Amino acid sequence: MTPRRQRMVGTGLVMAGVALAAVLALRAFQENLMFFYSPTDVIAGSAAEGTRFRLGGLVIDGSLRREIGSLEVQFDVTDTENTMTVVYAGVLPDLFREGQGVIANGYLLADGKFQADEVLAKHDEEYMSPEVAQMLEDRGHPVDGGTAAIEQ
Amino acid sequence: MWTWFHKLGSPPHLYRLAGRLAPWLLWIAIVLIAIGTYGGLVLAPPDYQQGDGFRIIYVHAPSAWMSMSIYAVMATASAIGLIWRMKLAFAVAAASAPVGASFTFLALVTGAIWGQPMWGTWWVWDARLTSELILLFVYFGYMGLRAAFTEVQKADRTSAVLAIVGVVNLPIIHYSVVWWNTLHQASTVTKLDNPSISMNMLWPLLVMIIGFNLFYIAILATRVRSEVLGRERNARWVSEALSDLSPENGITA
Repeated sequence: MTPRRQRMVGTGLVMAGVALAAVLALRAFQENLMFFYSPTDVIAGSAAEGTRFRLGGLVIDGSLRREIGSLEVQFDVTDTENTMTVVYAGVLPDLFREGQGVIANGYLLADGKFQADEVLAKHDEEYMSPEVAQMLEDRGHPVDGGTAAIEQ
Repeated sequence: MWTWFHKLGSPPHLYRLAGRLAPWLLWIAIVLIAIGTYGGLVLAPPDYQQGDGFRIIYVHAPSAWMSMSIYAVMATASAIGLIWRMKLAFAVAAASAPVGASFTFLALVTGAIWGQPMWGTWWVWDARLTSELILLFVYFGYMGLRAAFTEVQKADRTSAVLAIVGVVNLPIIHYSVVWWNTLHQASTVTKLDNPSISMNMLWPLLVMIIGFNLFYIAILATRVRSEVLGRERNARWVSEALSDLSPENGITA
């Protein structure tokens, strides 16, 4: 083997070794790398009771309820299989919308509701002008209504 | 066939070639970035959900793109330098690192500025944001490691190993939004068959990406020239090139 060939093989082996180590490490931390749990995960018991975790899903259309005279809101979050109610008192982000994804940070209450102290809007990767969005809606494909199909 | 490649390995040749190309590349880059900026800030329609706030994508996405592609260049050059003992490949890697770190920083900052109103937070420790931050630290580590050696050859070889090891982070950044639940959205543009963005919003973004790439190559050409000068400072061609202050050598007094 020429020295150059040796160095080539050496470089390849280093890369393969590092890649393998990374795969093993990431698999071991799979749980921790999940930024949020879906309602189905929570019901299946993935998120321990009494601990803080993040709940993610789509806000069901028409589920947002406001307490008159306070900042408190309640809304239902779904992953299309299961649904959980989120209770939150605070300012909602710009992109918070019914039918859009959100991530709520908080803990489970005894009555099965989720008490959030932070709500983040999860943006999707769709970008379009208002005209296009309107056009899609007119044709019966509402773009921010991921839940429309679910509720049928 | 390989003569052009071997010629690139000759410091005086590369020095002159880079000096001739750099101004052209820089001007084309500036024109493209100006067109992209006008297209993105004026011609493109507002987003149906984010309004005008989405326009930061025209800086954010190209910066994030560059942060990764510059790293790929740096690691490839490091591997070439290690395997073929090509000194100029190391010069390319060394010249790339601060540029790549700057784009990474820009991607992180523009992302945070966008995230505050849109997501409701400046920063979260999700897989995409964290892996991009690690990329910034790897760039810093590479630059720091280089600076720790006084001997250029040692700096080249040691930092090259770090650059090659850090490559493992690139697929992690790219696929983080697929492999794990993240707050960051999935890729918009790299779904080549069907990008989730309308054409009148997409073209300024593509122009910006090309502009950013040319800008990087122009900066790289200039930086490689100074790297080469530093490395070859005792060579005769350097004193000849520097004593000849004619504009065609790209040197102005």
